[in-house]
Amino acid sequence: MADKIPVLKERKNFVATRNACKVCSPLGGSIAYKGIKGCVPVIHGGQGCATYIRRYLISHYKEPVDIASSNFSEESTIFGGEANLSAAIQNVITQYKPEVVGVCTTCLAETIGDDIGQALRNYKAANADDKSIPEFVYSSTPSYQGSHMDGFHETVAAITKTFATKVELNEKVNIFPGFLSTEDLRMLKDILEDFEIDYIMIPDYSETLDNPVWDTYHRIPDGGTSVEDLKMMGGAKASIEFGPVLNRGNLAGRVKNKDLALTGAEYLEKEFGVKKFGINIPVGITQSDELFEILSDISGKDIPKKYTMERGRLIDAYADGHKYVFGKKAVVYGEEDLVIAMTSFLDEIGVEVILAASGGNSGILKNEIEKCAPVHGKTTEVLGDLDFEKINELCIDMKPDFIIGNSKGYYIARELNIPIIRVGFPIHDRIGGSRLKHIAYKGAQENFDKICNAMMEYKQENSEVGYKYI
Amino acid sequence: MSKYIKDRTPQIVTIGEDQHDLACEKKSVAGSVSQRACVFCGSRVVLYPIADALHIVHGPIGCAAYTWDIRGAMSSGPQLHRLSFSTDLREKDVVFGGEKKLYSALTELIEAYKPKAVFVYSTCIVGVIGDDVEAVARQLTKETGVEVIPVMSEGFKGTKKDGYKAACDALMTLVGTDDDYVAPKYSINILGDFNLAGELWILSEYYKKIGVEIIACLTGDGRIEQVRRCHKASLNVVQCSGSMMHVAKEMKDKYDIPFKKVSYFGIEDMSDALYEVAQHFNDPELMANARALVSEELAKLIPALQPYRQKLEGKKAAIYVGGAFKAISLVKALRLLGMQTVVVGSQTGNKDDYNLLSKICDKGTVIVDDSNPNELSDFVKQTGADLFIGGVKERPIAYKLGLGFCDHNHERKEALAGYVGMLNFAKEVYASCMSPVWKFIEK
Repeated sequence: MADKIPVLKERKNFVATRNACKVCSPLGGSIAYKGIKGCVPVIHGGQGCATYIRRYLISHYKEPVDIASSNFSEESTIFGGEANLSAAIQNVITQYKPEVVGVCTTCLAETIGDDIGQALRNYKAANADDKSIPEFVYSSTPSYQGSHMDGFHETVAAITKTFATKVELNEKVNIFPGFLSTEDLRMLKDILEDFEIDYIMIPDYSETLDNPVWDTYHRIPDGGTSVEDLKMMGGAKASIEFGPVLNRGNLAGRVKNKDLALTGAEYLEKEFGVKKFGINIPVGITQSDELFEILSDISGKDIPKKYTMERGRLIDAYADGHKYVFGKKAVVYGEEDLVIAMTSFLDEIGVEVILAASGGNSGILKNEIEKCAPVHGKTTEVLGDLDFEKINELCIDMKPDFIIGNSKGYYIARELNIPIIRVGFPIHDRIGGSRLKHIAYKGAQENFDKICNAMMEYKQENSEVGYKYI
Repeated sequence: MSKYIKDRTPQIVTIGEDQHDLACEKKSVAGSVSQRACVFCGSRVVLYPIADALHIVHGPIGCAAYTWDIRGAMSSGPQLHRLSFSTDLREKDVVFGGEKKLYSALTELIEAYKPKAVFVYSTCIVGVIGDDVEAVARQLTKETGVEVIPVMSEGFKGTKKDGYKAACDALMTLVGTDDDYVAPKYSINILGDFNLAGELWILSEYYKKIGVEIIACLTGDGRIEQVRRCHKASLNVVQCSGSMMHVAKEMKDKYDIPFKKVSYFGIEDMSDALYEVAQHFNDPELMANARALVSEELAKLIPALQPYRQKLEGKKAAIYVGGAFKAISLVKALRLLGMQTVVVGSQTGNKDDYNLLSKICDKGTVIVDDSNPNELSDFVKQTGADLFIGGVKERPIAYKLGLGFCDHNHERKEALAGYVGMLNFAKEVYASCMSPVWKFIEK
């Protein structure tokens, strides 16, 4: 009989990271680029960076995810990677005929000090007569700075800065949803459409990373926000941005540049005076209500009946199920903005979050959780820059009733024989990760049902009687 | 073939149509969206199954995060290899150097986890900032008494194949360090099996039945002490030759241990693997045992395969896997199911492998080296393939276009080696090809 995965008896903090609760920056950047129409991401670094990231994303999205690499060699590492980047762009154009090429850097490219902006200008100048030259955008996403979330938001900011220009005021609303599931993005678009809001979503990978079947291979999947739309962002009447953390984890451990880049919505407000509405990711009733109120204000329309009904049914379900979850202890882990939003939701249904953990390291997690979880937030143990082995050890000591987060926590739940509620990213051990709902009333409904059912199943499975009614 | 990258065309051949020899063993073209990973990946996959070693990735977090518990490589005992350790370098480490962090990280981990040895994987950044990983490793070995072995796997230093070499170099520092071990009379090492889904256990049963002991498997269900004494074996049996040939050759040079290239996939290759080992020891009893085992297994297997073959007869398959030697076995195994291979390629095949492939495949078969999603999806459409055999990155190409799929890569959870593996393979191919869901996809 094989041993179990070793768990230490002694509790101490390690210099090393043991089972990271985060992935690296260019992964987040690549996802953001997938949300632009006709865009092919290029990772400027070693071949492995692009391939590992593709593999990780494919296992979650179950979709082809084409990301090119500039494929550094020893020579490019010594003499600079510009020639490789140009070759990569040229071959991406040949193969994909993209409208946009989005370049993410890596730890390698950043450390040798490649100037991507200059390289792209050189490429454009050298190919000035070529009409097939796509638009370029690039973001600085070294793996040693922050996590995949910082790469995501840095890239969203880079997209905004690259394309937004001073345009005439228009009736559009910019929406910065952060890193949600493709199903979430589709739900959000439905909501915006039901309010008759003309929106620009940055990024919108709801189709590009979740396609129907194809008769022939689509080199670039359909969907995404077009460059024409992105250029209108500066004239929009408002921006809505989800999440208080965004790219704030990016500052941790910085040596060189200690200024934090503005987020997309912050930049548009500062440069073009587009009013910014910042809210948490709308998970649960309280946070979703905020979204619906803002949308109602911006559109001047009442909340459509469809949503008041959804909200009503959700409250009805809360009443039906409240006893199954009340007083249960939960551990929440994952990206900081999702952890904040999930903790608020759990707090409003009577679950006590005993540990809110993230691999992110913004330093504001504790404060945000206290703000959005009025019942238990003050006593919740909140820890950033954490890894899964630390979370595992804390779970062993704290004895939660369930854990909630991405599929990488499965091994913890398995050893403790407690349920894991899979939310967020990645979901590598189940089908349908991209169809998970988190936001708005429907997302809360799905997760409330899942948590109640997990508690009921646990009781049923561990009962001698084998109740048919629970 | 203008829709493909021009630089790639020498690496694509259609049998009977193209005259050129297939080009291979080249660096991937920038921007081609190669399915290959990097040097680090090559090292990591080879060493990962050594279960009582502590594996730490020295670099920023990505490389460790993407390879955490990634393979279906099983261990009968320790599971230390399933934890993912990293120095998780941050900007300050990159600026001021990561040696100190590596030193203190390892001091703590060795104390806490008491591994039998440590592998330290260098990543791109380590090569650039110039950390002296070898010096840190030497110092720690001296201080802790636990062998700390640097694996020089900086991603940019070549291809996945160079990573295999770096892993083999790391293994060779251990080979021969236990000289007291006395080997059984007929003993072999298995090189290049990674005990995916317990495949090694199937093979060791076979070898035991014919009267041969396995001293060490590099690296499936691997243990440090086995690596240390594996130079006592009489023969190295090499499966994944792309990754492990360096070790086989070095052990030939250093310890005069001969090696044989084998494959355990499909009936012919599996049986040959047993016969060749029996023949090597030149003992009629071993050969008789091997014959008995093969006939006994085939007597069960052939009738069991029939129902699958009946349904699969005439279907076409595309293969794109890591090493081309495995692809050769797969072509034969598919033929046994009545299926024809119409596309075959690999990430790291060599000239010999590809020459053999072009001999055993039919006219019109596309052979490709270091391919990408655009090419692969075109090839399967052109050739009308019904099934794709590959890994995680090929799976969505197959499903998106309505083809069946069989996972024959590191992550698989089904044992596909040996006779039972052939039956599992048939079942899996059948299950995917015969599913009624494909009728909803217009082709």
